[in-house]
Amino acid sequence: MPYAIELLNITKRFARTVANDNVTLKVSAGTIHALVGENGAGKTTLMETLYGLYQPDGGEIRIHEKKVSIRSPHDSISLGIGMVHQHFMLVPPLTAIENIVLGAEETKNALLDLKRATAELSELSSRFALTVPLDEKVENLGVGIQQRVEILKAIYRKADILVLDEPTAVLTPQESVQLFRILSELKAEGKTIVLITHKLNEVMSISDHVSVMRRGKIVGEVETASTSPQDLAQMMVGRPVLLRVEKETRQPGNPVLVVNGLSHVDRRGITVLKNVSLEVSSGEILGIAGVEGNGQSQLVECIAGLIKPSSGSITIDGIQIVGLNAREVFARGLAHVPEDRLKRGLVVDMDIKENLILGMHTQARFSSRLALRRKAIKENAELLITKYDVRPMNSEALTRGLSGGNQQKVIIARELSRAAQLIVASQPTRGVDIGGIEFIHRTLVQARDSGKAILLVSADLNEILSLSDRIAVMYNGEIVRIFPDNRIEESELGMYMTGSKQSEEKGASNG
Amino acid sequence: MISQIFSLAFLAQTIRITVPYSLASLGGVYSERGGVVNIALEGIILNGAFCATVGTYYTGSPLFGVVCGIAGGLLTALIHAVVTIHVKADQIISGIAINLFAVGITKFVLEILFHSSSNSDRIPGLPHIHLGFIENQPDVARLLGNPLVLATILIVVASQFIIFKTRFGLRLRAVGENPEAADTVGISVVLYRYLGVLISGALAGLAGAWLAFDQHSFTDGMSAGRGYIALAAMIVGKWNPMGAAAACLLFGFAESLQIQLQGAGMPTQFIQMIPYVATIIVLAGFIGKAVAPGADGVPYEKEK
Repeated sequence: MPYAIELLNITKRFARTVANDNVTLKVSAGTIHALVGENGAGKTTLMETLYGLYQPDGGEIRIHEKKVSIRSPHDSISLGIGMVHQHFMLVPPLTAIENIVLGAEETKNALLDLKRATAELSELSSRFALTVPLDEKVENLGVGIQQRVEILKAIYRKADILVLDEPTAVLTPQESVQLFRILSELKAEGKTIVLITHKLNEVMSISDHVSVMRRGKIVGEVETASTSPQDLAQMMVGRPVLLRVEKETRQPGNPVLVVNGLSHVDRRGITVLKNVSLEVSSGEILGIAGVEGNGQSQLVECIAGLIKPSSGSITIDGIQIVGLNAREVFARGLAHVPEDRLKRGLVVDMDIKENLILGMHTQARFSSRLALRRKAIKENAELLITKYDVRPMNSEALTRGLSGGNQQKVIIARELSRAAQLIVASQPTRGVDIGGIEFIHRTLVQARDSGKAILLVSADLNEILSLSDRIAVMYNGEIVRIFPDNRIEESELGMYMTGSKQSEEKGASNG
Repeated sequence: MISQIFSLAFLAQTIRITVPYSLASLGGVYSERGGVVNIALEGIILNGAFCATVGTYYTGSPLFGVVCGIAGGLLTALIHAVVTIHVKADQIISGIAINLFAVGITKFVLEILFHSSSNSDRIPGLPHIHLGFIENQPDVARLLGNPLVLATILIVVASQFIIFKTRFGLRLRAVGENPEAADTVGISVVLYRYLGVLISGALAGLAGAWLAFDQHSFTDGMSAGRGYIALAAMIVGKWNPMGAAAACLLFGFAESLQIQLQGAGMPTQFIQMIPYVATIIVLAGFIGKAVAPGADGVPYEKEK
């Protein structure tokens, strides 16, 4: 089969690092080729070089077996290459159709002519089951639909090579299934697809070939049919990896966190939490599954004292915490791993040792009346850095420069060092690579085994299923179901997450 | 008294004040829609006024003066564009520097050419179109027949179309909201940001020319904060050409009201508050939240 893409000996250096080191990647036309590897392995850089966003420092690119020079996205688009970036490249206040035609607009009498594009797009939409409300502003569309806008954008430009960077990171299981159906359609039409991912089950289910990258190099290239997730994980990390969390069943102790009848109406007047009640006991992990934006963030913020609920009660070890501010809640025994580590977890322009005492900086061990105790802070940092394997092992490195996984380890090290009874962990492994995930999962299970109560909020169903002792599903601000164990199918969870299951049951009980 | 205040002369006064505000404010819309904050409008107006005066004085042709005013505005804006888009310097600092520079350079050249530190020699005004219906009020007729008044109205309406209905406008807005997205579909962020800033320079230069012809001379520091008021109007108008012009009209109205009332025996301190009180009431009561373009003020780094 002829090659659609040949990247030959590509090298790309940034200031001090080599992102791509003499990389050769060949993709056969009409296939789905998975590109896997940990964060920072160089997958995205390689594909953005193909797309013309970066100029390689060495190497050659061939498209459909012809040598090409790609100096900008303009060139790659005219060569028939389209890319769906991990962070969507959309202009939120513009409508879907304006985003799709942007840069390839047709005009009539000096004015934009969207009529032809509308006709063409509705044909494409129905052919590939890519339904999109064309006249809606992108900022009002859900992420799944925004992704379709991105795919349409590429196809509208006649792309026959489509690169998708971590496309399922933001999707629900159902949306992922739909996406894969669309990708199969595109493949059937003869298009070539490169899929960047680190979810190995996706690789196994949809790709024809897999290339594995590690530290800027291709370390393996196999046919999907002849490999296994275990082998791929080992190639990615460079050592054997436990894909399953090892966890014994345990008898939970007394309730630590008790949430009762919690409701919240936000500033826009929307009810974001409706009568939420749950308990987390010592020695158990309660996982909250749900599509993002269904009240999980607000629930966590209420518990952490960041917002004050409209009604309801929250107790930690029997003490009411509603109305207390964040510092007071911490003092009652909370540890909080926030969902957005850059916004709330770290001060990225401070170094590791300073970040490791945030929120504890007023304690006598780190601070005298007048000044911080620098020696104690440094010792604390060195201890935690070793224990949690933070790289680089330099307590004075700025956290801005750390990889996502190491930033997350800094936060987890800090929160677990609080000696709190309750740990609320929101998206603890988002954007963290396999090695880091394994470590963070093990740490959380150890904390559970030592008798902590853990509330885990995650959009990653695998994570929920493998860590939780019990699972609650949130939809539309409500807890729609609490499962007493984690023996439940992903697809069934998905139906509760999207609200379809709940209505069925209600319908049945009414009928 | 009311009929005295709201006379044809009052209307003329309002228009006279509104025209330069509107032109500069539209300039702000083009620049900021493309993602470049342009507080240099103040200095651009001043340079435009000066160039228009000099051009007219030495050729005797007000039309050539207008061209000089626009050219002066363009050149000043070009400095802002190079500094903020190419060198990626802070846009506010660049704007302040240009404003200070404009005050200095105009005064310096004024001294050389006209041997005065305060004002130039007198220049003729723009020829006006004869309007039949109000010839009994020559001042008003002259103002309403001024080609720049008509041009301003046309520019406002045309800008509304250009920003929202043309390919250029779509791309300009994309570059100002999310330059990375524009870049990934092959749109040159640098080109469109330059165009936005240069158009703002031409319009603010034209605003300066208006001031010069209105006073028949250049006087030191004659922009007198109009660039900043224009920026405020742009925000009140939510970065929309029509909205910005409407806000300018409101400011112009409030200011002429203030001028009229100064002769009416009310305490001047109270009267001078009128334009600002009006602004606050409009901002708080009617406009709602004004959201700036997403990447307004943020230099674009291609390879991060």
